[in-house]
Amino acid sequence: MTDARTAADHLIEIIGDRAEAEAIVAVGRAELTRFANSFIHQNVGEEYVNVRLRVAAAGRVASVTGNPADAAALSKLAEDALTVAATQRVDADWPGLTAPVVIAPADFSHQSTTGATPKGRAAAVKAFVGAGKDLLGAGFCDTDSFETAFANSAGHRVSARGSRATIDGIHQTGQSAGSAHQTSNAFSDLDGAVAGALAADRARRGLHAFDLKPGDYEVVLAPEPVATIAVFLDFYGLNGKAVNEDQSFVELGAAQFDERITMIDDPMGFGALGESYDAEGTPKQTTTLVEAGVTRTAVHDRRSARRAGTTSTGHAWAMSGSLGPLAGHVVVRAGTDSVEEMIAAVERGVYVATFNYCRILDPKSQVVTGLTRNGTFMIENGVITGAVTNLRFTQSFLKALGPGNVLGVGNDLRYANSEFGQGVVRAPSLRLGSWHFTGGAEG
Amino acid sequence: MFDHARAAVEAALAVGASYADARYVESRDEQIEVLNGSVEQLDRGEAAGIGVRALVGSSWGFFGTHDLSPAALRSAGNRATEIAKASAVVPGKPSPLADVPIVEAEYETPYAEAPLEVPLSEKVDLLMAVTAAMQEVEEVRLARASLGAWDTHKWFVSSQGHRIHQHIVETGGGFDATAVGDGETHRRSFPQSFGQFETGGFEVIRRWDFLGNAPRIADEAAAVLKADDCPEGEMTIILEASQLALQIHESVGHAIELDRILGWEAAFAGTSHLQLDRLGTHRYGSDLMNITADATLLGALGTFGFDDEGTPAQRVPIVDRGRWVGVLSGRDSAAIAGLPPGGMVRADGYARLPMVRMTNVGLLPGDSSLDEMIAATDRGIFMSTNRSWSIDDKRLNFQFGCEVGWEIKKGKLGRMVKNPTYTGITPRFWAQLDMLGGEAEWVHWGTPNCGKGQPIQIAHTGHSASPGRFAEVRVGVKG
Repeated sequence: MTDARTAADHLIEIIGDRAEAEAIVAVGRAELTRFANSFIHQNVGEEYVNVRLRVAAAGRVASVTGNPADAAALSKLAEDALTVAATQRVDADWPGLTAPVVIAPADFSHQSTTGATPKGRAAAVKAFVGAGKDLLGAGFCDTDSFETAFANSAGHRVSARGSRATIDGIHQTGQSAGSAHQTSNAFSDLDGAVAGALAADRARRGLHAFDLKPGDYEVVLAPEPVATIAVFLDFYGLNGKAVNEDQSFVELGAAQFDERITMIDDPMGFGALGESYDAEGTPKQTTTLVEAGVTRTAVHDRRSARRAGTTSTGHAWAMSGSLGPLAGHVVVRAGTDSVEEMIAAVERGVYVATFNYCRILDPKSQVVTGLTRNGTFMIENGVITGAVTNLRFTQSFLKALGPGNVLGVGNDLRYANSEFGQGVVRAPSLRLGSWHFTGGAEG
Repeated sequence: MFDHARAAVEAALAVGASYADARYVESRDEQIEVLNGSVEQLDRGEAAGIGVRALVGSSWGFFGTHDLSPAALRSAGNRATEIAKASAVVPGKPSPLADVPIVEAEYETPYAEAPLEVPLSEKVDLLMAVTAAMQEVEEVRLARASLGAWDTHKWFVSSQGHRIHQHIVETGGGFDATAVGDGETHRRSFPQSFGQFETGGFEVIRRWDFLGNAPRIADEAAAVLKADDCPEGEMTIILEASQLALQIHESVGHAIELDRILGWEAAFAGTSHLQLDRLGTHRYGSDLMNITADATLLGALGTFGFDDEGTPAQRVPIVDRGRWVGVLSGRDSAAIAGLPPGGMVRADGYARLPMVRMTNVGLLPGDSSLDEMIAATDRGIFMSTNRSWSIDDKRLNFQFGCEVGWEIKKGKLGRMVKNPTYTGITPRFWAQLDMLGGEAEWVHWGTPNCGKGQPIQIAHTGHSASPGRFAEVRVGVKG
């Protein structure tokens, strides 16, 4: 397998003094075991190397990507970058390279993940499936272990190792489904039987669902839907490029959220998957996005920061030039309420296990439409009284977490799957005063 | 290149696979985006590698690698087989592969101008000119234009004797103008949201006349800002062709995927409201609804010579005068369902497992026209260009938003409206299709961003459509 640091250094050497250059190289192995109808139907693995090289030759900027397997291929990639850049106009917004700064090599990988085997993942799947006797299980168990290295022609060098493991799945009764999710940097932290039992319990409770009349309801949201809310606020709002372009709701210093809401980006704190620098080599750090309801920070890469007259917060990624910088380690701070306490406080409302197919209608107001899925339950007089069929909502996520609408914050913080996938958000359950359901399963 | 693939297949067979295939893929792509006269993105990518699929008993394994050394190719075959053996820890029923012709063949996309050979300066100049034209309109805050192209070679070998080389060329692009008001933002796009993509060369871009359409799109973005909100209620809607194409993609294309119908995507993409025992009898829509999955359409984005299992491209009837008659399938899913394999299995690059994907799932043209539909409508909304889309995991309950709408009163287009949305239930909605545009307004729309599978895969799919009219639809859903 290619050595990431050697490849990054070699690219910068090849470019020499012909251009400013930055290279980021990721080398790793990703494997995913997928199951449906209670058997493993797709089981895949890959060894990968992803190289991204950006050059600025007298202010003419171009990027190239590739998966070179040897030195000759690296050289070709570098020459291609210079050739493309030479055809370009001078980029007035070129922010320059990250200056050298000491970032200790970080290792967030776990040997149970780097050493995970197809049989190990299959065993986790077997435990998940086995926890749902007479039910149909579906989902996946995956492991990803990687090394990244960054080098630029300003002399900045940094590298890191990491890993992630996830088991995520559902059990189905034929009429209903329930979901469960676990993510950690350690494969050994995953417990397929526990995840499978939760999914099975939710599926069984979901039997005999009835149609609920659309309208405004108090809701208790599990960590999965809260994670989707957080990632929409993140991607469409707390994104410095969106703020620069007046596409965002963000008003720094304004109390745009309920005072119970605090959101941070925490790439290296306790329980984090770990990422010590971004795609431009800028060190990552804990960033307070929303503090007790007050919007504090929009995240930036070097280009959006330059346009905003500020400095990068370390949130560049491969697509940030086009889509804007992104906080990729969001934590919605936990509260003290248990899920049972939150449900007990609801006179008439809905418990939602997951959202499905959420799409934004307007980024400034954060109005989003989507559906509930894999566990939607009626709450009456403080107890769950039965399952309801999936509901469509059209709801401003900003208003959902707005002043006065957050009635409870759970103590059940964990990694939660979201519309943007796993490993991006840690979230607790939330109790919200009002949620706008606009349609039932039959329209 | 065939030798690379052959070596990986032989390695898999040597350690116990009963069947194996391998795809060696070389791909190049280019993405350019200009925003307000500044190049925001100029990326060129190259990738090469091999993906090996192995069958052991009833269990599959797959492994991909960028390393093409002889040892790595052998290792890839071994790993695919090892993974297949691990799959047997939680085994399924035996799933034979449906028979297909075993062919040695070549296929190349017909194209005139290789898109990656057109000078970058010419492409950037075009995008700069388009954004400059849109910025002439004061209210336009963001003027964005983009181009994309993919050039892919695939060499496919199977243990049954397939030996196929394909060269697929895809090109596209588009532009949009965004106007920002007090607490709201509105966008107009051309030719459609996310641009228009086709198989073919740079001639695709020249045909769409970006520069000629930029001023109109910018004017419309400014006008939407000042428009009244879309009214709420049940009424007739007329969908512009690219919006109808997305409606087909979401409420027909995904629903007819056999892997979804069989439950293989239950945990992520979802299942389908369709049940196989009703194939041939289920009423999907009105008599005007005739859908085909046609991977042979010249220029459409989902066109190829052979799928990634080596099955020849086909034209398969899906809905015939409103009756559901066909599915999208591969060799394994077709065998389980007892249907002929449709040649609709594709992978997103060498490192991904081929899976059932849409080809060109399109609505055949009717005999009307947009003008005739408007003239025949007493009260309704004409909606154009997708802005948002959401549908449930069975592909039943959907809600779409468009960039712009116009009221129709007594057969004439009236005031412009903003935030037009409509919602419905798939078979009920398609049953209300009562007028459909003809061949003159029929376009092979391309969708370059169809996500499915775990790990996620992005597919390029085609959806031919002309404008269509639907009666009694709920519109104007608000948050």
